[in-house]
Amino acid sequence: MQDEPTPVELTKAVADFLRHDITPMISGHNAFKLRVAINMLDLVTRQLTQQQGSDAAESARLAQLLGMQGSLFDLNRELADRIGKGELDLTTPGLSEHLWQTTMDKLAVDQPNYAAYKRELGSKGG
Amino acid sequence: MIEAQLGRCVAAWCPGATGVTGAAKLSGGASQETWTFDIVHPDGPIGAILRRAPPGYGASPGRAAGLDAEATLMQLAHDAGLPSPRVLHVLTPEDDLGTGFIMQRVEGETIARKILRDEQFAKARPMLARQVGGIAAGIHGLDVTKLPKLRQMTSTKEIADLDREYRSFGWPRPVFELALRWLRDHDPGPSAEVTLVHGDFRHGNLIIGPDGVRAVLDWELAHLGDPMEDLGWVCVNSWRFGEIDKPVGGFGTREELFAGYEAAGRRADPERVKFWEVMGTLRWGVMCCGMMQRFRQGPDHSMERAMIGRRSSEAEIDLLRLLAPREK
Repeated sequence: MQDEPTPVELTKAVADFLRHDITPMISGHNAFKLRVAINMLDLVTRQLTQQQGSDAAESARLAQLLGMQGSLFDLNRELADRIGKGELDLTTPGLSEHLWQTTMDKLAVDQPNYAAYKRELGSKGG
Repeated sequence: MIEAQLGRCVAAWCPGATGVTGAAKLSGGASQETWTFDIVHPDGPIGAILRRAPPGYGASPGRAAGLDAEATLMQLAHDAGLPSPRVLHVLTPEDDLGTGFIMQRVEGETIARKILRDEQFAKARPMLARQVGGIAAGIHGLDVTKLPKLRQMTSTKEIADLDREYRSFGWPRPVFELALRWLRDHDPGPSAEVTLVHGDFRHGNLIIGPDGVRAVLDWELAHLGDPMEDLGWVCVNSWRFGEIDKPVGGFGTREELFAGYEAAGRRADPERVKFWEVMGTLRWGVMCCGMMQRFRQGPDHSMERAMIGRRSSEAEIDLLRLLAPREK
């Protein structure tokens, strides 16, 4: 067992330091790069917080849709193959819901401020 | 060093020029650079832009039209009265600056967030979609027989290219598979008319002032093909920069775009435009994956590259909104 603070607490501490203490001191192109760096740390923090739950739910949905077990990567490859071959499509019960949920979970980590994501989040109440 | 080289270069074709000042690199990868500088002239400074592949980087990769073709296209657009900078000089071996060209610098803004939000563009915004339609029509109306040699694309070839590129990443993306299926099932086939296609007609490549569009830039991806491709690409959600209810660049409607296009004497085909919007959304997603690939394998280990790699999911949500919209 690894000790505390947790990775999330560590990335948050670094991001907060850069955001509050360093940002006011930096200008020009480096200010832009600093913003990117902070965004990157925030993304990592979101992934560390959310991935376990979303991966488990995605795995369960995929097992149900495909009728098989496997790693998340293998299950996604299988789903991709079957969609590519036309064996599964948007008329397949549960497929559209699965793709939507999986994509929403990705956006929640990658870009929670993306306008289309916020719109979809609002329209489904989360 | 580049100022001395540019100084010698401009003196050879710009009568009265005595040198250059203020040379600064605006952007540059390994193979292509853009520089801004002022030509020193007794009548006052002349703002100029150098676009070049430095010596040793002659060949243009894959889809690129090449800098010579870009120069020719910009000049043709300028001569046809389209908003385009005048090409001042095409580099020669004697210039020792590599290959490329020097053009007039057009003042204005290319950053979408400023164009969509700043007060100084408030009067321009409502007319931009229509104007952009008119400019696209002008580009598509350029005489094909006068164009430099360009690759010819069809929707079918483009689908195959995207498919191959996506598969080369070895990372399964069910939503991209769904989009590829949809594109194959809805492929409209070759267009009745094959025209010049700008190929990257969107924010970032349009210089905009308070008076509207002042210049179309970056003809690197120009090719021959279906003119509706440009109209679909400018509607891709990622180029709306948050203004998602205004499909044309976040500033206007498709109807305004088509009205501007048709007022300039050409017919828009909304069905084909929708098809190309789906294609463009997938293309953007594949481009993001390519950035991830280059971040991991290439010499450019930049944070920006890495973060663009993480934008491939935005293409996925946009594809789902287009192909599998949820009931509201």
